[in-house]
Amino acid sequence: MTSRPFLGAFVAPAALCAVALVAALLAILQYSVRMHVPGSLEPGGFTLENFVALLKPLYARVFLDTAWICLLTAFATLLAGYPVAHALVHAKRPFVKGLILIIVVTPLFLGEVVRTYSWIIVLGNNGFINFVLWKLGLIASPIQLMFTTFGVVLALVHVTLPVMVVMLAAALAHIDPAYERAAASLGASPLRAFLTVTLPLSTPGILAGVTTAFAWTFSAFATPQLIGGGRVNMVSNLVYQLGFASFNFPFAAALSVAGLAMTFALLGLIRFGTRRFENVAQH
Amino acid sequence: MSPLALHTLPGRLARICVVAVIGFLILPPLVVTIAAFNEKALLAFPPERLSLRWFTKALTYEDFRAGFWNGLAVTVWASSIALIVGAAFAFALDRYEFRLKRTIETILLSSLIVPHFTIGLGFLIIAAQIGMARGFTVVVTAHVILVLPFVLRSVYVSLRNFDRRLEQAAESLGAPPARVLLTVTVPLLVPGLVSGWLLAAILSFNEFTASLFVTGQRTQTLPVAMYNYVREYADPSMAAISVLYIAATAALLTFANLYLGLGKVLNVEQPR
Repeated sequence: MTSRPFLGAFVAPAALCAVALVAALLAILQYSVRMHVPGSLEPGGFTLENFVALLKPLYARVFLDTAWICLLTAFATLLAGYPVAHALVHAKRPFVKGLILIIVVTPLFLGEVVRTYSWIIVLGNNGFINFVLWKLGLIASPIQLMFTTFGVVLALVHVTLPVMVVMLAAALAHIDPAYERAAASLGASPLRAFLTVTLPLSTPGILAGVTTAFAWTFSAFATPQLIGGGRVNMVSNLVYQLGFASFNFPFAAALSVAGLAMTFALLGLIRFGTRRFENVAQH
Repeated sequence: MSPLALHTLPGRLARICVVAVIGFLILPPLVVTIAAFNEKALLAFPPERLSLRWFTKALTYEDFRAGFWNGLAVTVWASSIALIVGAAFAFALDRYEFRLKRTIETILLSSLIVPHFTIGLGFLIIAAQIGMARGFTVVVTAHVILVLPFVLRSVYVSLRNFDRRLEQAAESLGAPPARVLLTVTVPLLVPGLVSGWLLAAILSFNEFTASLFVTGQRTQTLPVAMYNYVREYADPSMAAISVLYIAATAALLTFANLYLGLGKVLNVEQPR
């Protein structure tokens, strides 16, 4: 089609938004190679010092912890999300389908603060879990769930689950049921048909889900801040602390750049690893 | 029909998993609701006596009120701008080939992957450089960028299911392009536009991390005000306002599902 009415008017506003986003990222890149002048918000001359400082054990540790929490959350989300996505796609009654869908997606729209606060009431020493365990006579004194990696991961899975289920369900919904029927008619047990037909065919959904869960976990701030309580620190907490407690924006920017680089590197690795796995599976 | 039928052992295990995960998902909102009616000023479970006092306190707390109105203003502006920008671009993506098409699309969708604290920090630095730090303009701009991918997706899905023959009929009857767009295309896209706007509005109203970086005392939105409250106080006012939040969100989502078909928007329906 050669005629493209209103092309400029349709594309220009979006292009402007893209420019704004690129400008914001470039501003960070620019600040990350500037010197911090204590007591001033204006950065000094150009330097690579910020990136050298990242190698200090204190900061390197936060990066490793963050990567570990992200991986843990992404895979826990995958394990919990798969059966739900399967049930969502194969639910026969529209009411059940709608109910599962709404329960699953609500956390996505609750916002980090409300969700994190709810988890504080669940995990706290006077919270729900400790109360139930104590009532059942399983514990004499509260077990520590707040300020632990376990607590942080649990609360993070709560928000990555919706997007994981939606992405898995989208992939599962587009698998032709005829494949599974063919496997069954050739004598495969339901479990075998699932493992050798449905599961491999849903790989694109698994990839998309794990990738997004990973990136979202990396982006989380309020959850590690409030549930980690300073004892579980992620890169986001460090960036905020440096920006708003020390006003060291150049170093905060360097941390953000390194964080982005780490996210993209790990995501690339996940993709690479899965491709290897697929190749092996085909032989 | 799923081959993992319920009478098989794996089928049963799968069902137990589903129920457990659903329980995990609704536990925190449920617990926070019960805690909100606790009469005592301490965050403890379970409540001994019930009371509505924390709802009254939350609704009259000045920072929450200001945060609500600030947040509402930011949300209405941001989601409406994102709707116009996103719908126009989704149309261009669906119908036209043009230079930098994939580049612009990739950049706009990257706000799904780039951490919110990074986007917040970037806009804070830019705003400081052009002397607009912590103003509404910057907050709205950041929100538009963050919700744009959701509008794009929602409108794009509607366009893919669109019957082009209706437009061709109008054209063949002599309607100029502007008239076809306004009297045929836009009205037929209304469900996609409404659901896109709704998703954008809910996400913007709840956005926290980027807002924490770009808002100031005068422009702070409700989630930022709530975060500051949790850090200072431990009484159940926060639980009360959380309950209002949860109820409003669930109601909006139910509405979206009944009238617009959430399954279609999220692309989890099986194609017919």
